[in-house]
Amino acid sequence: MSKVQFKKALLVAAALAVTTSAAAAGKLEIFSWWSGDEGPALEALVKLYKQKYPAVAVDNATVSGGAGTNAKAVLKTRMLGGTPPDSFQAHAGQELIGTWVVANRMEDLSALFKSEGWDKAFPKDLTALISSKGGIWSVPVNVHRSNVMWYNPAKLKQWGVTVPKTWPEFITTCATLKRKGVAAPLVMGENWTQQHLWESVMIGTLGAQGWQDLFSGKIKFTDPRVVGAFTTYGKVMDCANKDASGLSWQQASDRIVDGTSAFNIMGDWAAGYFTTTKKLAPGTGFGWATSPGTSKVFVMLADSFGLPKGAKNRAEATNWLKVLGSKAGQDAFNPLKGSIAARIDSDLSKYNTYSKSAATDWKNSKIVGSMVHGAVAPESFTSAFGAIIDQFAATKNSAGAAAAAQQLAVKAGFSK
Amino acid sequence: MKGLTKDRLWAIAVLTPSLLLLGIFVYGFIARTVYVSFTDWGNDPAQALALNPIIKWVGFANYQELFTGFLQGRFRQEMVSTIFFTVFFILGCLGLGLGLALALDRNPKGEALWRTIFLFPMSLSFIVTGTIWRWMLQPQGGVNQFPTAVGAPASTFGWLSSTDSIWKFDWNLLPIITAVVVAIVMGVLAYRAFASGQRTRTIVAGASAAVLLLWAIFIAPNLKMLPAPELHGFNLALIGIIIAAVWQMSGYTMALYLAGLRGIPEELREAARVDGANEIDMYRRVVFPLLSPITLSAMIILGHISLKIFDLVYAMAGPDNTFASVPALNMYLTSFRQNQFALGAAIGTILLILVAFIIVPYLSSQFRTEESH
Repeated sequence: MSKVQFKKALLVAAALAVTTSAAAAGKLEIFSWWSGDEGPALEALVKLYKQKYPAVAVDNATVSGGAGTNAKAVLKTRMLGGTPPDSFQAHAGQELIGTWVVANRMEDLSALFKSEGWDKAFPKDLTALISSKGGIWSVPVNVHRSNVMWYNPAKLKQWGVTVPKTWPEFITTCATLKRKGVAAPLVMGENWTQQHLWESVMIGTLGAQGWQDLFSGKIKFTDPRVVGAFTTYGKVMDCANKDASGLSWQQASDRIVDGTSAFNIMGDWAAGYFTTTKKLAPGTGFGWATSPGTSKVFVMLADSFGLPKGAKNRAEATNWLKVLGSKAGQDAFNPLKGSIAARIDSDLSKYNTYSKSAATDWKNSKIVGSMVHGAVAPESFTSAFGAIIDQFAATKNSAGAAAAAQQLAVKAGFSK
Repeated sequence: MKGLTKDRLWAIAVLTPSLLLLGIFVYGFIARTVYVSFTDWGNDPAQALALNPIIKWVGFANYQELFTGFLQGRFRQEMVSTIFFTVFFILGCLGLGLGLALALDRNPKGEALWRTIFLFPMSLSFIVTGTIWRWMLQPQGGVNQFPTAVGAPASTFGWLSSTDSIWKFDWNLLPIITAVVVAIVMGVLAYRAFASGQRTRTIVAGASAAVLLLWAIFIAPNLKMLPAPELHGFNLALIGIIIAAVWQMSGYTMALYLAGLRGIPEELREAARVDGANEIDMYRRVVFPLLSPITLSAMIILGHISLKIFDLVYAMAGPDNTFASVPALNMYLTSFRQNQFALGAAIGTILLILVAFIIVPYLSSQFRTEESH
């Protein structure tokens, strides 16, 4: 064998080795709506996955658009067309369960939760929210809090008011501020932010247990307490700006910064907006408290990934879910996304000031799910509920809105 | 074999593929949508996206739900909104378009440049127009700041965020209103037929007007579509969207009118002048009557655009602002967010019927004139 021939043989062998390993490696397609600001966080997860499984080619399919409105439509056509992605993003809880689990399109992940020890790593209340019919249906990646009230500490001092602890107190504070010339003590934005506010008022009035009973069908929307909460919501709306539907949540947050309004109820992604975009210091530049009446409650929403039936690369997708649920995965993703880990054992030194306080509450509070962000109600309810809120804004008819909500709940299948 | 000449065979061979494609992808899908609208697909969440959903025939239940269901007030408001939108959009485009065309027809300086400028908005997509106008109509900015240029306080009108509406009426009165309006139209037709001496026409139109009026007076008041009164009217949040739509399409209407004006022979105008017509009379008696076919075409083109409008509203007010919403937007949300495919298909079918009301009479009149030539 000459030297040249030997070299050739080596090359061929090397080439063969490469092709076989490539064939064994396989692919993974993940489907999400994380692009733009949230892109780097997802990239960090993909990087971690590639470190563990270097041979897998990851196809990161994102369809941009706030809260996934576009992505969800694309996902539906793909699922109906018989080409599901290997793993896709969905809001944890009923948004996934009410759409895909009831249609028998998802795989039960109970076994994975057991083998990975996730039944202990995640809080029990959270696991209950992502379970139904005896199965667990998705792996939560991050957690956001919905019931946070934001304010401008310097401005509150100037006006001489303190942060209200209950909704009746809030309405009194609102009257005080109006006397001092603040036209709209509360700022809200387009329709979903109003539903977001409604949720905080409802939980603050009914309490965590009442809220859970409402969405398990134990109490009806026509219950006098719920109708009363609608009335309170109407009074809270009287404190708010009149141009709400023209504002995005960022524009609404701006009015806290510039002191046009005193309070804003928004999810804790606002913390990222205040610190990163507005360059404000937590605690001094902007302040936060739990929304009135919800001090020991954590109203959560979470993004999660599930495993659709018929996924082409099932093994790779399962590995992806393992990375998502791991401590390393959650601590790589969440500091960049501005959320906290769903696990209770995360490394808090990696997180910013706001997230640290939220993570502490995550461990110590009663956890309930958000309605507007898909945790406790299916899409068919949440999407149509917006029209009820708009109608209520025009008529202020509590009993009518409650009756409509009850019919919607019956139609969506969680109440009788 | 007189019928199958070589020419005909060729024609058939060339037309078949496009007829097949049209048949499947347009008419087949229309038929499928209409079929779906008579089923309950999606009413049960468990069946909506199942692999092999169990779908039952429910007849007109979805349509009944849309027009009389407690939860579908949004759809009813959108139907009212779309009618107002269409009327103001067409009036705005025709008025502005005709005005611009008349101005340009007098050959002002730089006429070609002006023509391009006026026509330019049409080349933008509705999404672009919508985004620009949304910015300009922001509560604190753009248009609302105009008054400050002359020292007046800034306007506070909520162009897209207003929740007020005017000209409200109870949805329960809809059958009466419809019957009375149709009866009036029939009455006018009967009077015209009488004036021109067509006896049968007069009797038919007059009789149907009388029947409708009697029905409206004696039977309709007993019909209750909804258990409680439900007020719908013209939502002020639509004004901004109408302005944007008129801005976009009036240049196109101008081009149509300009072509019509240029097509009027100079001799006719001169003849009118010789007969002693002044400028106003000439327009009233000579120019405008000759432009009426253009007006009709413009109304049909604009009318079907406005009934189907989706992207402009989506870009300007977003999908969740129910005060500035249209049926096409609701159809999208109902089908793809709430997974209620049958209800969405019913909204789509209603839109198709509305558009057909405009298009079909036009097409048939076109066919008739073509055949008579």
